[in-house]
Amino acid sequence: MSLSRLLFILALLGANQLLYGEILTVCANCEYSSIQEAVAKSQEYDTVFVKEGTYEEYDIVIDKSLVLLGAENALIDATGNGYGLIIKADSVTIDNINITNIGQSYTKDFAAIYVSNSDNYSIKRCKLTRVFFGMLIEKSKNGIVSENQIYGESTTEAASGNGIHMWYCSKSQVMNNELSGLRDGIYFEFVTESVVTQNNSYNNLRYGLHFMFSNNDEYHNNTFTSNGAGVAVMFSKYITMTNNTFKENWGSASYGLLLKEIYDAEIRDNIFDKNTIGIYTEGATRIVYERNLFNRNGWAVKVSGACYTNTFVKNNFVNNSFDISYNSKVNDNKFDNNYWSSYTGYDLNRDGVGDIPYRPVKLFSYIVNRTPQTILLLRSLFMEILNFSEKVSPVFTPDNLMDNHPQVKRVS
Amino acid sequence: MRSRWSYVYFLFYLVLGFVMLFLNNDVSKAVITLMNIIVVLTPLVGTVFGVMHFYNSREFTELLLAQPLKRSTIFLGQYFGLAISLSLSLVIGLGIPFIVYGVTQSSAIWDFSSLLLVGAFLTFIFVALAYNMALSNENKIKGFGYAILLWLTLAVVYDGLFLISLLVFDDYPLDKFALIATMCNPIDLSRILILLKLDISALFGYTGATFKMFLGTNLGMIVSLFVLCLWVAIPSWFILRKANKKDF
Repeated sequence: MSLSRLLFILALLGANQLLYGEILTVCANCEYSSIQEAVAKSQEYDTVFVKEGTYEEYDIVIDKSLVLLGAENALIDATGNGYGLIIKADSVTIDNINITNIGQSYTKDFAAIYVSNSDNYSIKRCKLTRVFFGMLIEKSKNGIVSENQIYGESTTEAASGNGIHMWYCSKSQVMNNELSGLRDGIYFEFVTESVVTQNNSYNNLRYGLHFMFSNNDEYHNNTFTSNGAGVAVMFSKYITMTNNTFKENWGSASYGLLLKEIYDAEIRDNIFDKNTIGIYTEGATRIVYERNLFNRNGWAVKVSGACYTNTFVKNNFVNNSFDISYNSKVNDNKFDNNYWSSYTGYDLNRDGVGDIPYRPVKLFSYIVNRTPQTILLLRSLFMEILNFSEKVSPVFTPDNLMDNHPQVKRVS
Repeated sequence: MRSRWSYVYFLFYLVLGFVMLFLNNDVSKAVITLMNIIVVLTPLVGTVFGVMHFYNSREFTELLLAQPLKRSTIFLGQYFGLAISLSLSLVIGLGIPFIVYGVTQSSAIWDFSSLLLVGAFLTFIFVALAYNMALSNENKIKGFGYAILLWLTLAVVYDGLFLISLLVFDDYPLDKFALIATMCNPIDLSRILILLKLDISALFGYTGATFKMFLGTNLGMIVSLFVLCLWVAIPSWFILRKANKKDF
C-alpha cells in the first residue's frame, strides 16, 4: 500500500472519529460491562464497541443515532425473556452483533432486533440464532439489511415467527442474508419500493419469501430451497421477480411460487426445479412470464381460476409431469414461443418453430384436478390413449389454449 | 430355451437401448421412456411366448411325461426355462447399451436396476399366466385368445374401469380403494414401483395422507415387491396344481 493511500485512509478514519464522536467499549472488565449501560451513557453519533464475550441482556433500547459494533464472537443472550435490541431512532447501524435465545410468545412478537419508526437504519453481518422473530421492522424507511444469518427452530406455524418481518416500510434493501428454520424467511406486509436480492432462504415452515399488500417491490437472484412454499405473492401489484431459483419445494400443497390476487407483475429468467407445483396462480392478472425454466416439476404451472391476460413467452418446460393445469374451459391467457420437452410435432421448413401447435393442457391433468387419486394412473397406457384422443379433439380442456409457435430447441 | 425368438427379443432390446440413448443421451430421461415400453411390452411378449412355447412343445412334453420324471419338475422346468431366458434377454439386451453409456457412474443406476427388476418380474408373472391359460385350453386359438385378452385387460381395460370407478365414487374417501386396486394389477403395480424410484414420489403425496404414508416411504416399496412376489408365486402354484391333475 502506498504511503499516500495509507495517509488518506488514516485521514478518513480521523474524519470518522470526528463525525461519530466517542467510542464506548463494552466488555467484562471494561469501563462498561453491559451494553445497556453503555448505550444509556452514550451521546448521539457515538460508537458502542462490544468486545468478545456473552452478555445476558434483553430489551436493550437504542433511542439515539448510534453505531453498535461487535467484535468477533460478541453475543447477546436474551435468555428467552424478551426482545434483543429495540431500535427507536434514525440512522442506527448494527454491525456484527450476534443474538440468541429469543423467547417464544403467543401475545408478543419478540424479535432479536426490533426496529420501529426508524429512517436510514442499517443492520449487517449479524448472526441471530434460536430466534422467534429475527428482525421485526415497523414503519421504517431507507433501511439496509444485509449479510445476516438468521436461524430459528420452528416446529409449528402458530408457535413461530418470521426471519425478517417488515410492516409498513418503504425503500428498504434486503440482501445477502441467509434464513432458515423460521415460519417465513422474509415477510413483507404493506412494504413498498423495496428490493430483495441474493438471499438464501431454506427449510422454512411456510414461505421462503412472502409479500402481502406490498406494491412496487422487486426481488432478484435469490434461492429458495425446501420451504413449505418458495415464495408467496398475495394481494400485491407491480412486483418484479427475476433470476431467482425455486427448488425442491416438495410435498403436499408445496409450491415454488404462489401467486394470489396479484396484478401487473413480471416474472423473468427464474428457475423452477423439482417442485411439486412450480407456479400456482389464482386471480393473477396481467402477469408476464418470460424465459423461465421449469424443470422436473410435478406441475410446472397450475392455473386455478380468474387469471386473465397473462402471457407466457419463451419459457422452457422440461420434463415436468404436467406442463400446465387448468380447472376450467375458459382461457384468456397467451402462450407463445415456448419450448415444451413433450412436444411431438415436426418442423419441416426448419425455422426452429414447430409446424403444428402444442396443447400444454392434458386431459389427465384435468382429471387429476377433479379426483386427485387418479394420479396413480400417471404414465399408464390407458391415460396416454385418452390424452391422445383429447389432443386430437379437445372436449374437456380449453380448445383455444395452445402454443402456436412451439420452439423445437430450448430457448436460451 | 434355444429358441430363435429369444435371440430376436434380445436383439430388439439391444437395438432399443442403443437407439434410445443415441437419441437423447441422458440416461435418467431414457429410464422414463423405457419404463413406458417395458411396462406394456414385457407382459405382452411374456404372454405370447408363454402360450406359443406351451403349444409348440406339447408333443415333447407328452414324451417327457412318459419318462420317469416328476410332473412338477417337467412343468416348472419348462416355465422357469422360458421365463428366465426371456428375462435374461431383457436384462442383458438393455444392460449392455446402458453400461456402454455409463449408467454405472450415473445416479440413475438404482432407477435402472429397479426397471430391469420390474421387467423380469413382469416376464415371470405373464409367462405364468399364459401357461395357465394354455394348460386349461386344448384349443390353441382359444388359449391364445384368452391369454391376449388377459393381457389387454390388465394393460388397458383395468385402468379404464379403475378410472371410471374413481370418477363415479368421487364423493367417497378413495385412497385405500385406489391403493388396493393398484396392488391387484401387476402392470399398475410395476409402474408405480418405478415411478416411486423416479422423483415423482412426492407428487403422489399431493393427494392425501394415506398416499403419502404409503408411497412416500419405504413401506410402499417393500409391500409392492412382496405383492409382485405373490403375483409370481400364485400363478406358478396354479400351474403345478393343473399340471398334476391334467390328463394328457
